[in-house]
Amino acid sequence: MEGVIKKFLYLNRKAPYGTIYALESLEVVLIGAAFDQDISLAFIDDGVYELKKDQKTTVNDGAGIKDFSKTYRALSGYDVEKLYVDKDSMEQRGLTEADLLVPVQVLDSAQMAELMGQQDVILSF
Amino acid sequence: MKFAILVNEGPYQHQAADSAYQFAKAALEKGHEIFRIFFYHDGVNNATRLTIPPQDDRNVVERWTKLAQDHNLDLVVCIAAAQRRGLLDANEAKRNGKTADNIADGFRISGLGQLIEAGIQADRLVVFGD
Amino acid sequence: MLLHTVNKSPFERNALESCLRLSQAGHAILLFEDGVYAALQGTRWTAAMTDALQTRKIYVMTSDLEARGMRTENVIAGIQPVDYSGFVDLVADHKATQAWL
Repeated sequence: MEGVIKKFLYLNRKAPYGTIYALESLEVVLIGAAFDQDISLAFIDDGVYELKKDQKTTVNDGAGIKDFSKTYRALSGYDVEKLYVDKDSMEQRGLTEADLLVPVQVLDSAQMAELMGQQDVILSF
Repeated sequence: MKFAILVNEGPYQHQAADSAYQFAKAALEKGHEIFRIFFYHDGVNNATRLTIPPQDDRNVVERWTKLAQDHNLDLVVCIAAAQRRGLLDANEAKRNGKTADNIADGFRISGLGQLIEAGIQADRLVVFGD
Repeated sequence: MLLHTVNKSPFERNALESCLRLSQAGHAILLFEDGVYAALQGTRWTAAMTDALQTRKIYVMTSDLEARGMRTENVIAGIQPVDYSGFVDLVADHKATQAWL
């Protein structure tokens, strides 16, 4: 199936650290980047917290879990640049783009629904 | 149609593994093809050979092994998630100096690329999780 | 058109709420596992679901309903009971399936 390009959406709705979904979904994104598909990441509900700046934890200090947040900044190096956050989720949580550690596109509900409606493969974690 | 299935949770803890199984079975009964079933996060625990469920309840792991055998299915367990959770085949155990392996029949350990490939090759991908 | 699946109770998680907000008219929603509680008459979700039926096709997994002590008579009028064969058809008939976990 050479040359098939599908629209892949990674749906992130969970906070980091409390569960492993944020980290392990990012690991799929990194591997998936090598397959030259049309990749988008959507951060909705508590998923917006995955992108919060200033995450401070190390294996030996604080929460004792490795901080993986800088990996989000490495995504552009893998040509994964379409990061979308849900406006409603941000507002409910008192967050603005300035609180996030990477550039994102903020979508309102209609725009986010439109984006999702266009996808071929949707991976939820 | 060709289906790909992603199972994100382990047996018994969540209904995900049961629902995925029911879906796979129904799809096969309708004459569809299952390209791959990929096990991620705690889903890798669907592949443990050491399960001893109560006699009067379903045996989730064996059910997968049997379905795979009967229909020649490709059940793939993610290597990274498996290593984290201690789910190993003989090769992995040897490679990493572990004293035992515990993967059940019908499953194979491989990389996340297999999930992406399944998304590309299948007509539909369905996710079962929590 | 997408098929959205909701497998968690709307009283436990915001999956249903977000699904309703972020799905489009004409999309289908399948309630299964603990998501079946959203299909019931007489709860604080009944009005929202009845409203959603105007623009979405909504389905509920019979086996999960019955496992939890409900029957199809308890389901909001307009929500269609399905079995796993129906679930397979729904996935086949929609371009992509989105799981709200």
